[in-house]
Amino acid sequence: MPEKYHIQTQPVPPRRPRIGKHGVVDWREDCARCHNCVKKACVYDRYKQEAEYIRNLSDVDALFFECMGCFSCVQNCTKGILCLSINPAYEKLGNKYWKPDIIKTTWVQAETAKIPVSGAGYRGPFSGHGFDSMWTDMSEIVRPTRDGIHGREYISTSVDIGRKPSYLSLNGTQPVAGLPPLVSLPMPLIIDLSSPAHTLPKLDAAIEQTAGDTGLIAIMDSSYRPMDEANLENIAFYLGPDSPPVPDAMLRKTRLVEIADGPAVAERIKEIKKIHPQIVAAIRVELTAAGIGRAIELAGLGEVEVIHVVADANGNELTAQKPRFLKDMLRQIHTTLIEKGIRDEITLMAGGGIALPEHMAKAIICGADLITINLPLLVALECHLCDSCRPGTPCPARLEKIDFKYAVGRMTNLIAAWHDQLIELMGAMGMREARRLRGDVGRAMFFENLEEETFGKLFGARKAGL
Amino acid sequence: MNTLPENTLKTRVPQEEVERVVKPAPSRYRNEIAKYIVHRSLDCERCGKCLEVCTHGVHVRKPGFEYFGEPNHHLCIGPACAKNGHYCVAQCPKQALQIRENPMYRALGDCRWSADLILATWKMAETGEAPSDEYDFNYECGDSGGGFDKLRFKFPKQPPIKLDADQIDTSISLNKRKDGRPEIKIDVPWYGGGMSFGSVSNVTQLSKARAAVAWNTFTCTGEGGYMERMRPYDDHMITQVATGLFGVREETIQRVPIVEFKYAQGAKPGLGGHLLGDKNTPAVARMRETVLGISLFSPFPFHSVYSIEDHMKHIDWVKHVNRRALISTKVSTPTDVDMVAVGSYSAGTHIVHIDGGYGGTGAAPDIAKKNIAMPIEYAIGKVHNFLTDEGVRDKMTLIASGGIRSAHDIAKAIALGADGVVVGTAELVALGCVRCSLCASGRGCPRGIATTDPELCGKMDLDWGTQRLVNLYSAWRKTLVGILQRLGLRSVAELRGRTDLLMHLDYTNDIR
Repeated sequence: MPEKYHIQTQPVPPRRPRIGKHGVVDWREDCARCHNCVKKACVYDRYKQEAEYIRNLSDVDALFFECMGCFSCVQNCTKGILCLSINPAYEKLGNKYWKPDIIKTTWVQAETAKIPVSGAGYRGPFSGHGFDSMWTDMSEIVRPTRDGIHGREYISTSVDIGRKPSYLSLNGTQPVAGLPPLVSLPMPLIIDLSSPAHTLPKLDAAIEQTAGDTGLIAIMDSSYRPMDEANLENIAFYLGPDSPPVPDAMLRKTRLVEIADGPAVAERIKEIKKIHPQIVAAIRVELTAAGIGRAIELAGLGEVEVIHVVADANGNELTAQKPRFLKDMLRQIHTTLIEKGIRDEITLMAGGGIALPEHMAKAIICGADLITINLPLLVALECHLCDSCRPGTPCPARLEKIDFKYAVGRMTNLIAAWHDQLIELMGAMGMREARRLRGDVGRAMFFENLEEETFGKLFGARKAGL
Repeated sequence: MNTLPENTLKTRVPQEEVERVVKPAPSRYRNEIAKYIVHRSLDCERCGKCLEVCTHGVHVRKPGFEYFGEPNHHLCIGPACAKNGHYCVAQCPKQALQIRENPMYRALGDCRWSADLILATWKMAETGEAPSDEYDFNYECGDSGGGFDKLRFKFPKQPPIKLDADQIDTSISLNKRKDGRPEIKIDVPWYGGGMSFGSVSNVTQLSKARAAVAWNTFTCTGEGGYMERMRPYDDHMITQVATGLFGVREETIQRVPIVEFKYAQGAKPGLGGHLLGDKNTPAVARMRETVLGISLFSPFPFHSVYSIEDHMKHIDWVKHVNRRALISTKVSTPTDVDMVAVGSYSAGTHIVHIDGGYGGTGAAPDIAKKNIAMPIEYAIGKVHNFLTDEGVRDKMTLIASGGIRSAHDIAKAIALGADGVVVGTAELVALGCVRCSLCASGRGCPRGIATTDPELCGKMDLDWGTQRLVNLYSAWRKTLVGILQRLGLRSVAELRGRTDLLMHLDYTNDIR
């Protein structure tokens, strides 16, 4: 049996006080000082450290925010002086897309590296925007799995990046030309460039180490110089229009490079290939109104091996008044490439709006070969996504003070938790390979289709604007 | 069921009766969570006007006392009282009273189980009646923004025929195959879902069983084994044969009138059952014949079932072991759930139980709860129509679960095509669950419902738990009868598949 992909993890506790969803408010002035105080009976011992919390004034609010929201103390207090409320600091986390629940679950995964498990069923809306408007399928009795019955240990999350010729030209028994280079990754995830607002030297070094430890690749600006040259195979330099060049010797030790889209990309790829023929080159295409067309056009060029399409941080089309979501744009690109008969020749990487591990699986089902992320890793470091990263504004997560080991540990934990959750989904779907998940919309159900098939037949047309 | 066919139950214990009587079962907590809070300022002169005008018993002054005690906030109906002339705030001569929405209310519940729905369910469990309209609880649906929460009945202005409540039949038959096995009828179109010992306490399991006896329906053991203490309720038990086979023996299969094969469950379709290590206590480990303290993940799928033919072998085995048992097949809701249902019929099942993704009471990975398999609202019609097209609809009982929260959800599920439903979370809410989701690990449920921790289990009493569920069922049945009366239907069976009686708030509803 081949070596199993495994990410080493260990718990990495948060540096900052936890921000819980619930807070307890205690109106002390009416306290009866009774001997059977409900605080002593807290199942989670939240009140036991009360004195310690109060002594440490900087963390005084943590006591109230570590409440688990079971209402037991509130409902049993002799005088009814305890109240529970939603923590306003919790509600301020993230934004409309990166909801507080996403931030919270990312923090938990970055701390524990575990799959979040809870009881009492699903608590959220029926469906929603973007990836929340699709469900993955699963296998039952009549079709136990698509790939046969296998344990989780046989599920492969590996993917290949590069151009895959649809046929071989042979001269006798030998190929006329050598096969194009391929980069294999153990899971369909690449760490994308940090946005300029979040670029910190310390963060770059931690990302480099995380990519090395997980066997993945991080896309770094061409000006970045690794702290350890051994990590170069886990780095893909990004060559923007004005980026400084990467020394040839350094480039030769990398496996993947990313180039900004432009009129002369084909020539640029040729230049790079002259230096390092075995490198795989990706073209970064921003998903503006012209992005989909451009990605399809590039796929038709013989020199292009990989296209990296990037939506905005919330998964939306860039600079559009009525933006389409990443999932729909991916489906369009994927389907068009199939119609043109070139889908299998091109690797499609997709980024923007990938906030949860299910988004990774869903983006792949919609047509990506693999996904790219950056914000989830930042959130793993306790970032609130408060969007106030500017000089003179204090960062609530004190990101400028992060410790290298802490940062690598948290990011590694998050990636490990995502990997495990991808396997959970693939196991339920009966899929044995992440490669086969790509574009397999037969293993998914879409809100609009289910609504039409179920309610459309019964109740007519869906009202406009919904 | 006194005369049992040959080769079934070898040892039978006397069966206990439980009265179907509604009795008050107030909250076991000192302070009820209220929608509104009443504030009395220092301007109060203790004239007692508020006490005089309030018809809901909100204000409290003990005999012989001059000062008022803490109001019964949970009885206050809020500013709506202004309409009826009993509004204490308006009538207080010193304007010393204020009524506000309780800020704590927002912290209770979620999209699927809104605070209104939780409090209304508590009221039903306490009184056996739906809360009065004055309380303005929206307990017909939740706030999820889709599915049942967007479906409404098209009630005619006047019922087409006038029916008294006692003329309406809410019973359903569970064996439509006419295969010589017992014709089991239950008095209400629902039964209790499988919750294993380990995931919930034995008090919870027994309360469910006793309520099932009172209402002549069923409850299910789940996959954690069959407690000896449940034997006096054997005639109302379903035992589950799930992929983990915990505690499954031929003798336990022989005890019951219905055996359920659990292929999958809605909260975690495609994954096996989960019992995290903390909840694998000595009692649970003994029952499941496992090692103490280890997490128990049931495999998925049944590794002995790769086809409908294999499924049939399973069913034949159980039918042979228990000659009087009906077979239920519980599956979740993938795209091909309709094919699964027909396949299951051909394998010999009596009940196909489809479990949608938005329900579930036990531990489940969060990623599975939301993302795998379709919501039950889509699956019911799909299966009902396919069974009808295949000509077997009237030979099979279709049971739906996975997000059934109220009598209105039950009626909607039946109108979409189910014969009846299975409920789980609603029962736990009736027992005091606040849906904090903390039951999965550690000592388990802090409210003493979904736990086997000896101290936490002691928070709930069996008689109280039974009564709460008996009351809830009573309130639901009354509501369901009310719906059927308004629609002019004589039985719940007549409601099945009547999608013409439904409308969807997001659609034009112009199809005739």
